[in-house]
Amino acid sequence: MAPVRVSLDVNGTTYEREVEPRLLLVHFLRDHLGLTGTHVGCDTSNCGACTVHLNGEAVKSCTVLAVQADGAQVTTIEGLGGPGDALHPVQEAFWEHHGLQCGYCTPGMIMAAADLLARNSDPSEAEVREALAGNLCRCTGYHNIVKAVMAAAKATGRAEAAPPPPPGDPTVPVTGVGA
Amino acid sequence: MSGNGNGSRYVGQRLRRKEDPPLITGKGVYTDDMTLPGMLYAAFVRSPESHARITSIETSAAAARDGIHAVLTAEDLDLAAGMPMAWVPPGVEINTPEHWPLARGEVKHVGQAVGVVLGEDKYAVVDATEDVVVEYDPLPVVVDPEAALEDGSPLVHEQFGTNRTHQWGLGSEDMDVAWQEADIVIERRIVNHRVHGAPIEPRACLAEYRAGYLTLWSTTQIPHLTRSFLAGSMQMSEDRIRVVAPDVGGAFGTKLNHYPEEAVACAAARRLGRPVKWTETRSEHMTTTTHGRDQIDRVKMGLKRDGTITGLHIDVLADLGAYYQLLTPIIPCFTAFVASGCYKIPRVRTDITGVFTNKFPTDATRGAGRPEATHVVEVMVEQAAAEIGIAPVDIRRKNFIPKEDFPAEVAVGVVYDSGDYHGTLDKLLEKIDFDELERERSELRERGIYRGIGYSTYMEICGLAPSRIVGPHGVGIQGGFWESAIVRVHPSGSVTVFTGTSPHGQGLDTSMAQIAADRPGTTPDVVEVIHGDTNTGPYGMGTYGSRSLAVGGESVARAAEKVQDKAKRIVAHMLEAAPEDIEVAGGKFTVRGSPDKGMTLAEVSGAAYIPENLPDGMEPGLEETTLYDPEHPAGSTSCATSLSTTAGRRSTPC
Repeated sequence: MAPVRVSLDVNGTTYEREVEPRLLLVHFLRDHLGLTGTHVGCDTSNCGACTVHLNGEAVKSCTVLAVQADGAQVTTIEGLGGPGDALHPVQEAFWEHHGLQCGYCTPGMIMAAADLLARNSDPSEAEVREALAGNLCRCTGYHNIVKAVMAAAKATGRAEAAPPPPPGDPTVPVTGVGA
Repeated sequence: MSGNGNGSRYVGQRLRRKEDPPLITGKGVYTDDMTLPGMLYAAFVRSPESHARITSIETSAAAARDGIHAVLTAEDLDLAAGMPMAWVPPGVEINTPEHWPLARGEVKHVGQAVGVVLGEDKYAVVDATEDVVVEYDPLPVVVDPEAALEDGSPLVHEQFGTNRTHQWGLGSEDMDVAWQEADIVIERRIVNHRVHGAPIEPRACLAEYRAGYLTLWSTTQIPHLTRSFLAGSMQMSEDRIRVVAPDVGGAFGTKLNHYPEEAVACAAARRLGRPVKWTETRSEHMTTTTHGRDQIDRVKMGLKRDGTITGLHIDVLADLGAYYQLLTPIIPCFTAFVASGCYKIPRVRTDITGVFTNKFPTDATRGAGRPEATHVVEVMVEQAAAEIGIAPVDIRRKNFIPKEDFPAEVAVGVVYDSGDYHGTLDKLLEKIDFDELERERSELRERGIYRGIGYSTYMEICGLAPSRIVGPHGVGIQGGFWESAIVRVHPSGSVTVFTGTSPHGQGLDTSMAQIAADRPGTTPDVVEVIHGDTNTGPYGMGTYGSRSLAVGGESVARAAEKVQDKAKRIVAHMLEAAPEDIEVAGGKFTVRGSPDKGMTLAEVSGAAYIPENLPDGMEPGLEETTLYDPEHPAGSTSCATSLSTTAGRRSTPC
């Protein structure tokens, strides 16, 4: 089939490309734009590693055609944080609460969690678990992921009241459990 | 683990992980994230048949498609060896079939690779696989391991005349005594069903052959071993091969292997003079990445009326699949090594029969052989308790190896060095408030609600070491089980650690930095841990079997200890003190009793790299290497516990 011209706003930059009509959004992001933070885990919409925001809503980009996203605004894990190296509160919380091990499912988890918090700034644990039901992690057992998302919700609530503290030195012990 | 003698600062502390910033911002580099100039994508033509003769393969239509560079089959690959299997069991005959990365003449399981299509577009190569026409002459199939041993069963490998791969008995020779001493003998058939490790990152590899040098990036747990295997199959000198495990997205044993697709990518890259990348689909992963377990265990347990176990016999029927991957036939042996569980059982024997079926091979997966034993022993203990009419807690307590018996040799000949099984079970029951759960269960039952309360004890082998036990003249695995580390202090005082392990989620960048930082008195933020690249560190055994921190971490500790010793000698020399009077405290090497007299690590390394004033005979620089082989059988020490409570569904009141 003849290529189709698409124009997408990805992380604030507009990209115009000629693509095959069957090209998946995830491959457009990874192979055409080099945004390899969005991962492919299952090819079947089960695992959620490919989750991105399409016009502000979490979608699994292995199940969206690039042509369906023509004219849309896409945010990937690379575009989630603030200017410079500023982390999104969910990224910060995943780091702080050991919400990842191998990191492969993590971008999708973070994007799904950020989508939840954008819709519901004070979710219950059950609501967090339900919102992440479409994202699979094989390393962590989910406990710390849920903890991280709950903590991010709290941090976001606090941030609305006061500016966040500067990023901490990663080598400074968080708690002193001793040697 | 050796201490620093001055009080650890970072080991034991909770730190934010050093490896996380790239992973939470999408800046990690996994194998499929990489591309090279001129790179071709690979897609495999796979068998839809479980067992068939290949009568013809027609590749011309596929090769003629736009963007297709080549279609290769077995005879196009210049490989001197097939896929490796690392077990030569002492005194055990084993039928070992050839296992080529692309099928030669026959296919023996669904998904077996028959050909590979290479081209410039990842969608086009998949399309082209559908134009490769393979004609199959189907053969009889056997997928049930018990049926595979019956007379007249279809044979997976005709040349052996049987589907039996090998038989090996371990443990007591006089089981008759156990049954004579028993008042009750119970027998059960227990199925440990087939499972899959299924990490979220599927397998992938990227091979480049350039000017006589081969580089393979791969989702592997064992880069150094993979390089050794490729040296054999590619007939290349090992020094001309580099294998890199970049960020790896989980493995759970499935990537503790050398796979056909890696060999094909390397051979194709050399033949075509172009880099070749292959990335697995999830369907391929479930079909052609190693499976686990798949044992049928016929188990016999003898007991006295009071619940004392007199003997345990496990007849393991292990479904190994159609071929061997790296460790396929040895996995059931690990079942035998922990068959006693936490119990003092005078006679225990495990008889293993391996069997070929027309399925993908089994291999190491999450615990590899040991969870199978735990399942068997704990089910039997529960069943025996029910049969005798005593509480499951009591039968466990009655048979635990008492604390005072350690070190305790169990029937298979393994010595458990320590343990407190009563203590851990008591702690578990207290933590879950077992009595209360039981009381509630009775109450709930009256209201028609059924609650199950389950718990288990287990025995593990962690670390897979030492070499003389696990290696060629021990269990028979053709390898060493030590681990390597280099601790390199740079002239500025920052540190690089090279480890032979290959983490894929274990957090070793952080934990090894903690270990390395403490001894020379520095901080983890200036300690970088390098792993998974055969060109940057010493040979190493990789990451699997709960070994990386236990063996690899100790190796880092020992290398750091040597660095500390050398630094102390330099400081003592420069400050005119005795080496034994030098302490590491507050980020400095100081002289005992004179805390104001001291040198920072940067000052010490500066002196080491500009060697104007070193002790006589001392070499310049500040770098040490350790290859550590544990001295004692590793790890079968702890009785850990797990709990599951399941609330039943409310039944309809009559």
